[in-house]
Amino acid sequence: MKVALFIPCYIDLIYPKVGIATLELLERLGVEVTVPLQQTCCGQPMANEGDQKHSVRTETQFCENFEDLDFDYIVGPAGSCVKHVKLHMDAIPQTSTVKEIRHKTIELVEFLHDVLKIEEFPWADFQHTVAIHNSCSSIRGLHIASRFEWQEPYFNKTEDLLKKVSGVIVETIDRPQECCGFGGTFCVTDEAVSAKMGQDKVADYTRHQVEYVVSPDMSCLMHQEGIAKREKSDLKFVHIAQVLNNGPF
Amino acid sequence: MGKVNVEDNARKFIKQDDIHEAQHDKNLYNTIIKRSKVSSEIPEWEELRNLASQIKEHTLTHLDHYIDQFATKAEENGITVHFAKDADEHNAIVFDILNSHGAKRIIKSKSMLQEECGMTPFLEERGIDVLETDLGERIQQLSDERPSHIVMPAIQKTTEDIAKLFADKIGTDPNDDDPHSLAEAMRNNARPKFLVADAGMTGANFAVAETGTFVVCTNEGNADLTASIPPLHIASIGIEKILPKVEDLGVFIRLLSRSALGTPATQYTSHFSGPREGSEMHIVLTDNGRSKRLSMDKFWHSLKCIRCGACMNTCPVYRRSGGLSYGATYSGPIGIILDPTFDEDTYSELPFHSSLCGSCTEICPVHINISDQIIEWRKVMMEKKKTPFGRRLAFAAADRLLGSATAFKMMEKTTYNMLNILPKSLLENSTLDPWVEDRELPDVKKETFRDWYKKNRKNND
Repeated sequence: MKVALFIPCYIDLIYPKVGIATLELLERLGVEVTVPLQQTCCGQPMANEGDQKHSVRTETQFCENFEDLDFDYIVGPAGSCVKHVKLHMDAIPQTSTVKEIRHKTIELVEFLHDVLKIEEFPWADFQHTVAIHNSCSSIRGLHIASRFEWQEPYFNKTEDLLKKVSGVIVETIDRPQECCGFGGTFCVTDEAVSAKMGQDKVADYTRHQVEYVVSPDMSCLMHQEGIAKREKSDLKFVHIAQVLNNGPF
Repeated sequence: MGKVNVEDNARKFIKQDDIHEAQHDKNLYNTIIKRSKVSSEIPEWEELRNLASQIKEHTLTHLDHYIDQFATKAEENGITVHFAKDADEHNAIVFDILNSHGAKRIIKSKSMLQEECGMTPFLEERGIDVLETDLGERIQQLSDERPSHIVMPAIQKTTEDIAKLFADKIGTDPNDDDPHSLAEAMRNNARPKFLVADAGMTGANFAVAETGTFVVCTNEGNADLTASIPPLHIASIGIEKILPKVEDLGVFIRLLSRSALGTPATQYTSHFSGPREGSEMHIVLTDNGRSKRLSMDKFWHSLKCIRCGACMNTCPVYRRSGGLSYGATYSGPIGIILDPTFDEDTYSELPFHSSLCGSCTEICPVHINISDQIIEWRKVMMEKKKTPFGRRLAFAAADRLLGSATAFKMMEKTTYNMLNILPKSLLENSTLDPWVEDRELPDVKKETFRDWYKKNRKNND
C-alpha cells in the first residue's frame, strides 16, 4: 500500500506531533508513506469564504505536490481539509489529474477503518475517559459516523478505532454532534457566536467529567482548547492519531 | 434599508444577560430531540422525505400547469382568485378587497408571505386595524417586532418578558408569568375582537391543484376562527405552496409538525374548499420573487421549503443568535438563502453567519441543500464585492501566501519569531485579533512537522 501524506498547514506549524503520530502510525501498519515537502494548504479557508478567485493558486499548489507521485491514496489527518479536497475543490480546472487527486484523498479514520481495516493497536495504551469530537465535516461531509438528523443505523468509525485501544473509556456527551463553533474564518468574523458555541461544548465535556477530548480534526480542537485554557479548565485535547500511535503527546 | 450587521446583533443577543440565549438554545434544541424521537417511530421516515422532495421538484418544474389547474378549480369552488406579481400588488389587491367591503377591522392568522409583503403596516397606514390571532405573533405585534422564528414567532422571549409586555399592553399582573394565565389573559383580551372582525386573513401551508382547496395548519385553532367568523376570508398563498394531488398531503402533513415541533401533527389541519353560504372567499396567489428564484440554477431548490423551521431549530448559530438578529422576514439557515433573493445588499452578510456545520441540509424534510446554497451565496457576495474590503483583501493575500511553498515556509518562521518577540499585551489585544477575546492562542512550534521530517526521514527529501 502506497500513501502520500497530506499534512494541512496548521498541523505543520501548530501541531507537528499530529503529523509525526500519523506518519509513525502508518509506517507501523506497513504502509509505504511519501511526504511531499512543498505542501502548504488545500485552499479551504478561501473557498469556504466563497472566494473562488483567490482559491486558485492554493488549490493549484496543493495538487502540484501530488501530481507526479505514485500512490494508492492521499491520507490526511484532518476531516475538514479532506472534505474540502473531496467535495469542494472546484476553483481550478478539473483535469484528470485533479480528479484523481480528489478521488484518492481520504481522511485518516476512514483509511484505517475502511481500507486497512485495522483490528488492533497493541502498542497503544490510554488509561483515560475520553469524549469524541467528530467534526461536522467528518460527520456530515465524509459520513464517518451516522448523522443524528437521519434515521440510519448507528455507527461511529472514530469510536470503533478508539475502543480497540487498551484503557480507553468513551463517554458520550449531551450533544455529541453539535458544532463546536470553529468554522474556519467564522471563528473570528463571528467571534461572539463562535465562542459561545465553544464554551457550551467545553461545559458539556466538563459535565461528563472527561479527561481528554479526542478528534480526527485538530482545527476544531484548536478552538476548543483555546476556550478551555481561557476558562482554566484541565481538559486535554488530542488527535486520534496520537492515541492510536501511543504518542507523541 | 441599511446593511444588516448580523454578527453584531447576535453578539448583543448573547451578551444581554445569562438567561435569554441560554433558554432560547435549550428550548429549540429540545424540539430537535423530540423530532428525532417522533421521526424514529416512523419506519418509512426517510422514504417520506425523499418523496416530499420529489413531489416538490416535480411540481416546481411544472408550476405553470399546476397554478392554472389550482386557480381554475378554486374558481369552480366559488373562490375568487387574484394574481399578484409582487408585494405591492399583493397589498393593493388585499386593500381593494377590504375597501370594497368597507372592512376596517381584520383578524389574521400567521402568514410568512404577508410578513414578506409588509402587509400589516401597509394596511395600518390606510386606517385598517390588524389583529394577529396566533399567540406568538400577537406577542411580536405588541412588541413591534417581526417574528423571530417562522413557527415559534416569540421564542426569543422569556415568560417574564411576556408578563411585562402584557402588563404594559393589556393590563395584566406583571409578576404573573405563568404561561397558562398569560395565554388565558390574551385569549380573554382577543376573543371579543375576533367576534366583531370585518374580515379574516390567513396564509396556507399547502394548496391542492386537483381540487382547488388549501390547507392551513395551526396549533391554536386561530386560523379556523379567523376564517370562520368574519363574512370575508382572504388567503395569501405563495405560488410554491401548490401540490398536485390530495394524496400528496399525506406525505407532507406527516412530515410538517414532526419536523417543526417534534409532535405527530398540528392540533388543527383545516381544509378550505370554498366560501360558506353568505360569505366570500378570496385567494391572492402571489409570486413576489418566486419565479425569479425558480430561474436561479443554484438556488431554485429553496422553493421546496415547507416552512417547518427544523433548520432553524437545529442550527447552532441561530440558537445562539436569536431570530431578530437576522433583521429579515426569514431567519436562520433558510433565511440566509432566501433573504438575499429579495435584497443582496441589505442581507449580504447573512451567508457568512454560519459555521457551515451542515445540520440544516441533513435535517430538511424536503432535502434542500441549504448548506451548499450558503456557500453559493458567499460566492455571489464575493464575486459582486459586497463583503467588507478588508476581508476581501485578506483572502487575496492568503491565496498568494498559501499558493507558494517558499512564501508559506517563510511565514511559518516569521510567525514563530513574531509570537516570541512581540509583547504579550499586543498578542492578547482582541481589537487586533478577535481570536483572543474568549480564547487563548495556540502554541506555534519552532520545529514544524516539515523540519522534523527532514531531520528524521532522509530518503524522501
